[in-house]
Amino acid sequence: MEYYPVMTLGRRGVNFITRLGGIFVMIGRFVVALKDIPRSVRLIFEQLYAIGVQSLPLIIVIAIFVGAVSAWQAAYQFKFIGAPLRYLGQAVGKAVVIELAPVLSALVFAGRVGAGIAAELGTMRVTEQIDALEAMGINPMRYLMMPRVLACLIMVPLLVVFSNFIAILGGLSVAVVGVDISSETFLEGFKSSFQVTDFVNGLIKAGVFGLVIGLIGCYEGFNTKGGAQGVGVSTTTSVVISSVMILILDFVFTVLLFRL
Amino acid sequence: MNECLIKIEDLHKSFDSNKVIDGLTLSIGRGESIAIIGQSGTGKSVLLKHLIRLLSPDRGRIYFDGKDIAKLQGENLVAMRRRYGMLFQSAALFDSLTVAENVGLGLHESGDYRKSDIDIIVQDKLEMVGLSGSADKYPAELSGGMRKRVGLARAIAAGPEVLLYDEPTTGLDPITADVINDLIVSLNQRLLVTSIAVTHDMASAFKIAERIVMLYEGRIAFDGTPEQIKISSNPIVRQFVTGRATGPIQVR
Repeated sequence: MEYYPVMTLGRRGVNFITRLGGIFVMIGRFVVALKDIPRSVRLIFEQLYAIGVQSLPLIIVIAIFVGAVSAWQAAYQFKFIGAPLRYLGQAVGKAVVIELAPVLSALVFAGRVGAGIAAELGTMRVTEQIDALEAMGINPMRYLMMPRVLACLIMVPLLVVFSNFIAILGGLSVAVVGVDISSETFLEGFKSSFQVTDFVNGLIKAGVFGLVIGLIGCYEGFNTKGGAQGVGVSTTTSVVISSVMILILDFVFTVLLFRL
Repeated sequence: MNECLIKIEDLHKSFDSNKVIDGLTLSIGRGESIAIIGQSGTGKSVLLKHLIRLLSPDRGRIYFDGKDIAKLQGENLVAMRRRYGMLFQSAALFDSLTVAENVGLGLHESGDYRKSDIDIIVQDKLEMVGLSGSADKYPAELSGGMRKRVGLARAIAAGPEVLLYDEPTTGLDPITADVINDLIVSLNQRLLVTSIAVTHDMASAFKIAERIVMLYEGRIAFDGTPEQIKISSNPIVRQFVTGRATGPIQVR
């Protein structure tokens, strides 16, 4: 088969713009569907549980090791530059609250929840279940999309709150056991540098990541074509796009929220 | 023909470069039982999905009860769709819901019914399709024929005026297929609905329809009664009805 690079590039460009436009349209539909929250309370709580509560064990495991590794890495670098270890709590706290907990939790969440949403909705699309909803006069945006996106928007920041707390405990454990500084010294360092704005800005980033994961998962799911292969493609695409978008938006929001 | 309920005018639909429907015009009367037959890929299911605007035409108009459905928005579109009931080819049951929840979903989400009324309606519809003992089962626990029957119960739950059947007997053994055909005939008579079935199963078409329309290359190749199609001299119709591999219809 012959390969036409310009045509391939053009087709990819059109696909990219189509997808971007589709996601913006979905944002609009999400906002419109929010008016139906009162009659969708049961659906929203189901998603809050499935998307948020059931992600908690995974987020806890991730957070323990994020905190542990960051404490060890910080201690290693302190040793390298000769910095006093009493600042270890400060370094770990800042890194976790501002960056590591929101970003790593979101990336794991994209893998677990974003992929799950794309696979579930994609399967519903190819087995005509979404057509069946519409045929019964049920708006799939209200019934399927809005509860999932809203649950992501609410639950990612909440999970990041847990993640912050557990990661600090993970860092504390490594500091006490592996680096040989007291828990008082570690926590004193953490408290001395803790700022509510850092914490809130981390949660704002987490909310944006949650929104992006939910929207992309739903978009890819709703636009699935073909059979099992199509569902696989949607699932993979959802995780890849969400992960890239998380890292890009992380940079954008870090520059906007944390002024030098 | 009875008073016209559905009117399709010069319908065109393509998917990428594949022209599926090419200038189709058809009127369906209130209370009619019509079977739309044709080879796989001739646009039968696509036509059915246009009727409730799951798909939009590239060109042409569809009128339901005198109204152009392309102009319906919001609540009016929902109201039009609720006058239809549709049995999907794969039944399209919701995996996470029980049989009873599947049947009652449309009623529940409409907000027009109380829980106790929904329970009564669901029980009644499941009895009509002979599945009153399966209310608490999940779709994964059902056979193909049972899934179709649940799909039928769901389609008739809200008391529609028009029933759409997309390949109602596909994938079923001949005996179960005949049970579904009997059920469709019985429902059509009991509920006094307009019924439109898409099928390539001639035995099913002869049994459930009083009018048969054959699609070929996106247009109507035949429109008449089951008796007329049996004696049609049109070579395209003859080949399809007798199921021969050789003739003017080429398998793509």
